[in-house]
This record gives sequence, C-alpha cells and structure tokens, in this order.
Amino acid sequence: MSVTVLTLIILVGSYLAGLLGSLTGLGGGVVIIPLLTILLGVDIQYAIGASLISVIATSSGSAAAYVKEGITNIRLGMFLEIATTAGAMVGALIAVYIPTNFIAVLFGVILILSAVMSLRKKSQQIHQQKSVLAEKLKLNGSFPGPTGEVTYSVRNVGGGFFMMLFAGVISGLLGIGSGALKVLAMDGIMRIPFKVSTTTSNFMIGVTAAASAVVYLQRGYIDPGLSMPVAIGVLLGALSGSKILVHTSSSGWLRVVFAVVVTFLASQMIYKGITGTI
Amino acid sequence: MNKFKDTDMQAVIGWILRTGVLVSMSVIFIGGVIYLYRHGQTHVDYSKFVGVPDFVSNPGGIIQGIFTLRGRAIIQAGIILLIATPVIRVVFSAIGFVMEKDYLYTAITVLVLLIILTSMISGHAG
Repeated sequence: MSVTVLTLIILVGSYLAGLLGSLTGLGGGVVIIPLLTILLGVDIQYAIGASLISVIATSSGSAAAYVKEGITNIRLGMFLEIATTAGAMVGALIAVYIPTNFIAVLFGVILILSAVMSLRKKSQQIHQQKSVLAEKLKLNGSFPGPTGEVTYSVRNVGGGFFMMLFAGVISGLLGIGSGALKVLAMDGIMRIPFKVSTTTSNFMIGVTAAASAVVYLQRGYIDPGLSMPVAIGVLLGALSGSKILVHTSSSGWLRVVFAVVVTFLASQMIYKGITGTI
Repeated sequence: MNKFKDTDMQAVIGWILRTGVLVSMSVIFIGGVIYLYRHGQTHVDYSKFVGVPDFVSNPGGIIQGIFTLRGRAIIQAGIILLIATPVIRVVFSAIGFVMEKDYLYTAITVLVLLIILTSMISGHAG
C-alpha cells in the first residue's frame, strides 16, 4: 500500500475511533489497536506505540478543559499518579519479554471489561465518611454542582492505590489509557463521585502514558509515519465527540452498539492471539 | 501579591496542556504534510516489527532531519513535544505546590517526576 492511501485510511478510521471513544467514554485507544492490527495487518508493537501517542493527545486536550471547570481533584490525581506511572514503567519494560500472542489475548480481555464498564449505570454517589489516610493526604474535595459546592470524601485509599498500580501496568503493556480500570478504582473502591472520577482519571492518563511512551520511543515502537495519522485522527474525532455530547444528553443506544462492536473486535484479538496469527 | 491558590494552579495547568497539545499537533501536522509530499507514492509495510528508521531513532538524527526538512523527523519532534506536555504539567504542579507551601504534595509530585525519569533511563538501557 502506498503511504498516501494508508495514511488516508488510518486518518478516517482513527477519526471514527476517537469520535466513538469520546461519545461512549471508552477512549479512542481501545479501538485503534484492533483497527490497525486486525483490519490493516499492522504489527501489534507499532499499533501499541501509535495508540499511546493518541492517548496522550486526547487526554491532555480534554483534561485542559476539565481542569478549568474545577471538577478534577488535582491532589488525588497527583497522589495516584505515583502508582500509575510506576506501573506503566514496569508494564513497558516487561512488554519486551512477553509474547505478542499473550498481549493480544490480554488486550481482548481488557477490551471486553471496558465495554461492560461503559454499559454500567452511573449513580452519583456522595460519601462523607471520614478516612484517616484520606484526611492526612488532603484527598477529600469538592466540586461545583447545580446547587452549589458538593463536598465528598475518599475511602479505601490503599485499595485504590493498589488498583491504580495494576491500571498502570496494563496501560504500559497495551498502550491504552486504561480509563476503565482507573474509574473502577476510583468509583468502585474509593467511592468518589462519578464526575470527579472520570475527569481525574482522564487527568492522570496523559502522565501515565508518557511514563511508558519514553520507553517505547527508545525501543522503536513509535513510528512517525504511522503515529501521525493516528494521533491527528483520534484527537479530531474526540473533539467532535465532545461537541456532540454537549448537544445530545443521552446516547444510550450508541453505547450498546459500540459495546457490541468492541466485543466483536475483542474476540477477534483473542482468537488471533490463541491461534498465533496476530 | 495575592497568595497562590488551587484555582490559579488549575488555570496554569489548563493553559499548559492546551498549548502543549496545540503546538505539538501542529508540528506533527506540518511534518505529515512534508512526509506525504515527499513519500506519498512510496510503498510501506508495517506487518513486521523492525523498529523505526535510523534517522528518527536518536536526537541527533531528528535535529539534523528537521534542518533538512525530512517529514518523519519533524513528526517525531512533534511526538516528543506531545509526550513532554503532561510531564511539563507535572513540573509546573510541583512549582505550584511549593508556592502553596504544600510540602507533602511537592514531595509526591517530585516522586512522580523521578519515576518518569527512571523510566526514561531504564528504557535506554534495555
């Protein structure tokens, strides 16, 4: 395939991936890797490198907007970034020793988990129960709600930190933001309001991805010719997605369609991983 | 001078992230246009992992490539700027916490920077 044709195909595909990823909250990275590997026959190592770059672009771009709105809990993000960056470093360093078949299967499993997570009901939970560690680390916060400031407290700091370590390893290993795992840690374990956990997770994704990108950059995973259309496409798609989100409040059916597509792609990755054809 | 507050830090961080993405993506775009112009008809194959071309694998090659207007060198420079964007955000967070006299969080932020630095060095060794 010529450079022009491949670039155009990837640009369109990445735009759609970014658009859907942003509308459903799954992130563009999880769709980009199956798109590149299954549909275009790109080696999974190049796909991971390119996806990682697009993850940094979208998370930094949207974090800029969220941070200004004052919903992101910067201290909580900073504290948990110790876990995610350390995990990401480990993930990127061990990636070299793990067979690509296994990485493909693991990717499929995480993909299905993310799809299930995106379908889950989001209940706004506010907890006021005090945790000594959260108090000491100044993790409890507040955000502007429709009827004034909403204050919340953070629970099970240790459990959340551990889960973030795992999220970091997965992010570093697979070249995705692993936003689903981060939200799982903050929503499910630390009991943080949904609005805060999604924006804070997004805030952390850029730094986490950068910690593994510095390894991949030196190992030749990040090819400029491939990363260029992926990063531009996903970022533009995510921007369009956030514009649409403002206008349409509900996107329930879209989530279902996307979850089905993602599950199909995931099973393809798992199948190819097991049969050794990735 | 007013005391430096969390809201000031939010404004600075937001600005850094936005500017970083805008600048790096512009560089990547310019590099991409040059790359397509010069190599649009070249055949490419990414089906087997062989690393990246020599001239974009080290800082010297990239800098030389920028001056000779090689598209992929310019893209790679943009990618490095993009990776640096969240790291610069962390550096400014550290400065912000010092100004707030929040030394616990200054230490936490410096620790995150050290982890990224370690990652950079260990990636080089491997």
